[in-house]
Amino acid sequence: MNQVLRAGRIEPSALFAVWSRQWIVFRHFWRTRTFAAIVEPVIMLLAFGFGFGKLVSHVEGIPYIQFVGTGVVATTVLFSATFASMFDALYKRRYQRVYDAMLAAPVDVAEIVTGETLFLGVRAGIYGVAPLVVAFFFGLPPAPAMLLVPVIGALTGIGFAALGMLFATLTDTFDGLSYVVSGVITPLFLVAGTFFPLNRMPEWLRVLAWFNPLYHCVELVRHCAFGLHPGADVVHVAALLLFAVLAWWLAVWRTELRLID
Amino acid sequence: MRGVFKRFGNVVAVNRLDLQVRAGACFGLLGPNGAGKSTAMRILTGQAVADDGQASVLGFELPAESKLARARMGICPQESNLDVDLGVRDVLEVFARLYRVPATDRSAAVDRALALAGLQSRARDHAVNLSGGMQRRLLIARALIHEPELVLLDEPTVGLDPQVRQELWSLIVSLRERGATVLMSTHYIEEAERLTDRVAIMSAGRVVAEGTPGELIRRFAGREVVEVHGTIAEIRDLQARAHADGLATRQSGPALTFLHAEDVDGRVPRGARRAATLEDVFVRLTGDYVE
Repeated sequence: MNQVLRAGRIEPSALFAVWSRQWIVFRHFWRTRTFAAIVEPVIMLLAFGFGFGKLVSHVEGIPYIQFVGTGVVATTVLFSATFASMFDALYKRRYQRVYDAMLAAPVDVAEIVTGETLFLGVRAGIYGVAPLVVAFFFGLPPAPAMLLVPVIGALTGIGFAALGMLFATLTDTFDGLSYVVSGVITPLFLVAGTFFPLNRMPEWLRVLAWFNPLYHCVELVRHCAFGLHPGADVVHVAALLLFAVLAWWLAVWRTELRLID
Repeated sequence: MRGVFKRFGNVVAVNRLDLQVRAGACFGLLGPNGAGKSTAMRILTGQAVADDGQASVLGFELPAESKLARARMGICPQESNLDVDLGVRDVLEVFARLYRVPATDRSAAVDRALALAGLQSRARDHAVNLSGGMQRRLLIARALIHEPELVLLDEPTVGLDPQVRQELWSLIVSLRERGATVLMSTHYIEEAERLTDRVAIMSAGRVVAEGTPGELIRRFAGREVVEVHGTIAEIRDLQARAHADGLATRQSGPALTFLHAEDVDGRVPRGARRAATLEDVFVRLTGDYVE
């Protein structure tokens, strides 16, 4: 036992251990997980972009398929991060009891939550690039600021992964999670500006959007593609940071309640 | 543990438990299901926090220093919580990291654990494809990956066939020989008799008797016992008379066993005479239920 352990701290050595497990599992399942995470949004993009794009050619001066292409980055991140963390966390807590096993080792709940949300968040950020690449083939001009997209995606993904872990503590069955999917995640779409711009929507919807992390992600990705708005973008990043910290804190608190008697 | 108290809702799981395990000992927690053995173990790993009382492990106060204590102990839980998504070797690798085995020793530690569990040939298999006995051995190997000073075994052989139990017993004996302290809970009397050098009998969340198996047998059952068979009515009648006579008895299914038979010769009805066992003690102290 060389490393010095500290109680009540989040230790890098513990995070590496949590990541090593995530990485081994990912190595086994990367084909299916990556396929689902990338193909779905790409199909969504093609359906809306191609199909709907015939009816609407431009939105806010941008070809519709490029508008949707940038918007779908955010939904890819949302789905990949939230679903993976929500189902994994419930499975590992309730059915497989992996968390119980891990907690018998010198690892605390905060370290498990932090390790897993970072892993899933970063992965979601990387998956989020896929729709952008598809959009390139539909004429989206590459821009240097697009290099920031995986970073924005990861930041958003960390928040949503933490939110997923939080949701997983609210129920003991997979059926219970379907309330979350229909009641919370799907409505996020409505006010995010993914498929249609919000500026022609009623005032109250636009106000609501400010409380939707997905909206901030959509805005940032679009600004990376079509031109940054430094003033607004700082606010969007701050909002995503705030969301991530809040979701992480709630996830740690609730998971601790569920795992420590 | 001193005066440790833990309740879940209305159920008191651990009721002012006092327990001390000396370093290097193999200590058995013996008690029926629901006696509070598992809860006591979860308190020791910091996975349950006592409502009252004090607990410390290896000199670390719980729950504040639980993480430091956990680094030096290994736990084999009662119900398997193996990571079924992982291969056998992967399970051990992940836990080597969780237990902070230094990178340079990690591979050797995994090999050692595989050898200990006799699973070298199954290293690449998925954990879920192992037989029940192998899974339990893997659980124990996982708990030993960092060569802990203290090993907690919660019902290590429950639900396993006799042959596998024998194998696990040898494994536990080898642990002791390496100098580790072992705290094991069981409700198999034979297991406690064979493996432990000190036993605490738990009932309803507290220790009702503690000592070496030999001491406990002498104190609570004597040298010999007499088993008298009969109908339910006869047994009930016998028991009432024994009680009035001040004779210690314990129920054993269709029979009544008179304890301390050597001291009360002549007052005990005729029956089968045999040496007293820990089971006599156990049933006397915890009631009728024994698996």
